[in-house]
Amino acid sequence: MDDDLKLKRTLEDLLQSQKLAVLATHKAGRPYTSLVAFASTEDLKQLIFATTRSTRKYANLIQDPRVALLIDNRSNQDSDIHAAAAVTATGEADEVPVAERKGLEHIYLAKHPHLKDFVSSPSCALIRIKANTYYLVRKFQHVLELHVKP
Amino acid sequence: MSLVIALKQISESVRTRVGGKAHALSRMAASGLHVPDAFSITTDAYERYVDATGLRERILLELHRKDFKDMRWEEIWDAALRIRNMFLKTAVPKELSGILKEAIESFFSESSVVVRSSAPGEDSAKASFAGLHESYVNVRGADRVLEHVQKVWASLWSDAALLYRQELGLDVEKSSMAVLVQEIVAGERSGVVFGKNPNDPSQAVIEAVYGLNQGLVDGAVEPDRWLLDRESGRVITHTAGRRDKLGVPSQDGVRFDQLDEGRSRRNPLSEDEIGLVFALAREAEDLFGTPQDVEWTFLGEVLYALQARPITKPSSRSLEDERPWYLSLRRGFENLKSLRRKIEDELIPAMVEESSRLARQDLSALSDAALADEIARREAIHDKWVKVYWRDFIPFAHGTRLFGQVYNDTVLPADPYEFVDLLGDTEMVSVSRNRNLEDMAVMVRENPGLRDLLDQKRFSALDEGFLKKLDDFVERFEDLSCGTNQCFQGRETIVQVVLEMASGAPREREGRLKETASLRRAFLSHFQGAEREEAEELLDLARTSYRLRDDDNIYLGKIEGQLTAAVQEGRRRLRGKFSSVEDFSAKDVVQALRNPAYVPPLREAPERKEAGFEVKPRQLVGQPAGPGVSKGMARVILEPEDLLDFKSGEILVCDALDPNMTFVVPLASGIIERRGGMLIHGAIIAREYGLPCVTGIPDATVLIRTGDIITLDGYLGIAVIERRGEI
Repeated sequence: MDDDLKLKRTLEDLLQSQKLAVLATHKAGRPYTSLVAFASTEDLKQLIFATTRSTRKYANLIQDPRVALLIDNRSNQDSDIHAAAAVTATGEADEVPVAERKGLEHIYLAKHPHLKDFVSSPSCALIRIKANTYYLVRKFQHVLELHVKP
Repeated sequence: MSLVIALKQISESVRTRVGGKAHALSRMAASGLHVPDAFSITTDAYERYVDATGLRERILLELHRKDFKDMRWEEIWDAALRIRNMFLKTAVPKELSGILKEAIESFFSESSVVVRSSAPGEDSAKASFAGLHESYVNVRGADRVLEHVQKVWASLWSDAALLYRQELGLDVEKSSMAVLVQEIVAGERSGVVFGKNPNDPSQAVIEAVYGLNQGLVDGAVEPDRWLLDRESGRVITHTAGRRDKLGVPSQDGVRFDQLDEGRSRRNPLSEDEIGLVFALAREAEDLFGTPQDVEWTFLGEVLYALQARPITKPSSRSLEDERPWYLSLRRGFENLKSLRRKIEDELIPAMVEESSRLARQDLSALSDAALADEIARREAIHDKWVKVYWRDFIPFAHGTRLFGQVYNDTVLPADPYEFVDLLGDTEMVSVSRNRNLEDMAVMVRENPGLRDLLDQKRFSALDEGFLKKLDDFVERFEDLSCGTNQCFQGRETIVQVVLEMASGAPREREGRLKETASLRRAFLSHFQGAEREEAEELLDLARTSYRLRDDDNIYLGKIEGQLTAAVQEGRRRLRGKFSSVEDFSAKDVVQALRNPAYVPPLREAPERKEAGFEVKPRQLVGQPAGPGVSKGMARVILEPEDLLDFKSGEILVCDALDPNMTFVVPLASGIIERRGGMLIHGAIIAREYGLPCVTGIPDATVLIRTGDIITLDGYLGIAVIERRGEI
């Protein structure tokens, strides 16, 4: 439907305009959140970020790939209550396999060119989240779910 | 940053902080014209107030609930009412109020003033609109003046201003309001002069009344009017007004007294004075460079200019622009009283007569051609009544709003819709109809044998008591529900509803009457003497207006039902010929009956593109229209026949709740309506039954599906779709 296309564009705008997102993982049921520089694929089905393999977030998501990522456009002002949009993506995270690494790394570095050295380091893993659902919140409490079709 | 600036001190550099009106008056004063003494409470004071109290974000939150383009006028009125209440309920912080009161006292001590809006941009040449923001005449004492300053601030977001937001340049993120506090000049003769007649550029226009010009401005007093030659100032025509009333300052505000005989026979202006007023318009035009619309008054021999603004051409009004119509709904008390007589004594009896006359006609006896003519005739009759509905009934419904504003100003309730509870115990037709249904449900609940007979449709075996109730009901409310496609009539439909009602627990209606009585007492205790009589009269008018808001729909529904009956008869005859006859419009049916070769045009389905997502609503925001929380299965009503599947405890989801659909309301645990507003039928009936209700959710009937499990929060105006249904 046309409205669905419009929603997709809204989501796309939000994902492209934001550099950082909050990643939620857990260890033995205890939640843990981290700030990550992220990028998204054109079809919005995959979200990518980079981390070294020694981090807590890496250990956590290897243990349990079920993660959530919060992306929002708040400005840390009162007006965020009516003006900000936020989206929570849920999905499964894994390290990008070698065969797909080149393409996804290209997308990632196009958005974060200054992270080139970091990403090129042998100790750094490129992680992708295969998104299942986006929960899009606007106007303070208007919430729509966008379920990714397989 | 100065919060207060005296009129004499106003310069070009502070124009955007004092507003166009104050700036224009300061220039007129500087050029030697008589202007009442005044000072400006600048936009800095407004800014400080909304920032220090958190109102700024509350207003933004209110105005961002929904896009303006998706809002109906009623919703804009509702938003404006809620914002106005926020201002009335939010005290001015101590430091700021101290500064403002000190200024009021040092300028005017205890004398009366006029509190005028002076919005920056309001009076610019591009956009000049009278009356979108508020002004208050004859206010006395620092506390009262400050209260009225708050009301003027609130009127930055009045319904009229929000409607004309584009023309006004109203920016919800940035706009601000300045206030002009002006000494009252209690002139004996007052009026308006237009330096250039908006309808004829070769003329100027003077309008004049006895007393204050408040009566002229809000239409309560009809003025004398002179058309003048714009070049020479020569009078072309003079039309005398009714000269029956005059506005005078009263204790608090303006009162309208009878005009004495002597003056009612005299023109309010002499020939010389007409010349002076015309000269005032010319001077103002010279000063500002464009023709002006100047309010003036004569105090003794002295002519004062009260305010001036540029004349703008009436905006090229397109036919689709219905805002002028909407603003014309804001009628005065007197106007509403005469409208009430017309509706109660003429229009409703005529509607009842019309529908019963139509009902007596035997449609099956007509030939196809005659039936086609009859459908067309009924369409015309229905159209006629729809026009009456817009012309008279909807404006009359505005009586409820007029009362709401008076109630809120007087009582300052926490809930801006408390006044609705005071109107609610009037007996609406749909409520009494539902009570009859509930009576029958009680009988069924108490008597399992009766239930079995009804289940088996063995009506002949029913006992007389029940049968009489049933047939009385059928007779009194012959069409239980009428939509655009069909009506449900007769015993079987009603029995189905009664059986479903009986299957649930009996529903207690709240002890509303007692509450209403105490609200009424509390409201009236604010008034004494003649004011109290007027308040009672206004309340009575509002109750009638509120009740008719429901009943008029039912009467119109009956006429629509007769149109539908004729269309249905046509569909029945065409059924053998077309498989899609149920989708035929009335026009299709008429054509097909008249012309055996007629084929209705095909309607193409729009092409769809794939986004790669399946969208599900999780939490939808509307307006809180009935307090409470409930959880239940959604029943989306797209066609009238969907109502027949309604089960006890379900949440009714519809586009617009029609009074003809309300027989299922006693079964519902909540109501969701796509159409927004607090005084629409769904909200009224939900309050009546104490049901949680949310209105104004865009696309509600598309996003929500029958079978979805919903938690409805009527306090905050939210519907949460917990789980998608399997249906």
